[in-house]
Amino acid sequence: MNLKTETNAKVKVIFVREERLDAHNSDELKSEMNRLFEEGAKDLVIDLKEVRFIDSSGLGVLVSGFKNSSTRQGTLKLSGLQSQVKSMFELTRLHRVFDIFPTVDEALGNF
Amino acid sequence: MKNEIELQIRVPNQTRYLSLIGRIGENLAQELDRFDGDKNALAQHLNVVLTEAMTNAIKHANAADPDKDVFIRILVSDTELCIDVYDSGQGFDLNDLPSPVFDTDHLIEKGRGIFIIKSLMDTVVYRKCENGNVLEMKKLLR
Repeated sequence: MNLKTETNAKVKVIFVREERLDAHNSDELKSEMNRLFEEGAKDLVIDLKEVRFIDSSGLGVLVSGFKNSSTRQGTLKLSGLQSQVKSMFELTRLHRVFDIFPTVDEALGNF
Repeated sequence: MKNEIELQIRVPNQTRYLSLIGRIGENLAQELDRFDGDKNALAQHLNVVLTEAMTNAIKHANAADPDKDVFIRILVSDTELCIDVYDSGQGFDLNDLPSPVFDTDHLIEKGRGIFIIKSLMDTVVYRKCENGNVLEMKKLLR
């Protein structure tokens, strides 16, 4: 899976550079998030700008990260959702759970 | 003019084929001239439904055995689109799956797949058949 992780102050930003986030590759995103948490990270931004398709496994991994960061008194925010991806958050009501921003910069500006 | 479509697809019980199956669903939607709704939305829905159904077969029914197969049959008539996904495993209880809870305190990580399929299709049935089980999903082409 093509992931790029950057650090902006105390916030870790993971860029998901895949067209699909599904049952085939989402465990790799979970592993990367868990690695960051184990290193002491609390606040994460997951950028999905390049993701055109997400399934329940992809959503589940993001929920896992959200819960993990909340446990550490941090937050997981999302950025760059394409319309098809956004519609899946709406279908599962998860748009009410996550803070969702158009861009990484806007997400970073809200910590 | 005859315009029924039947597709039969057999792929190994591996998640690497999810993308292929999803794309077949998307392309099929674009071919449905008789469907006067939003074809792009239908294409996305078929991608999602096929991905979720196949993931269910791979992980829950076929117990992630990479040597098994998933068999998918898609039938399109004038009035409806039927997707049948066959597994050869132990199966699962369609009604015994957790329902997604929508409040932040009780967020579940798994169990949204069948909820998504039921939301996007008109009828969903899971039943025993010869050599395994089949998940039957129908959508009316209104």
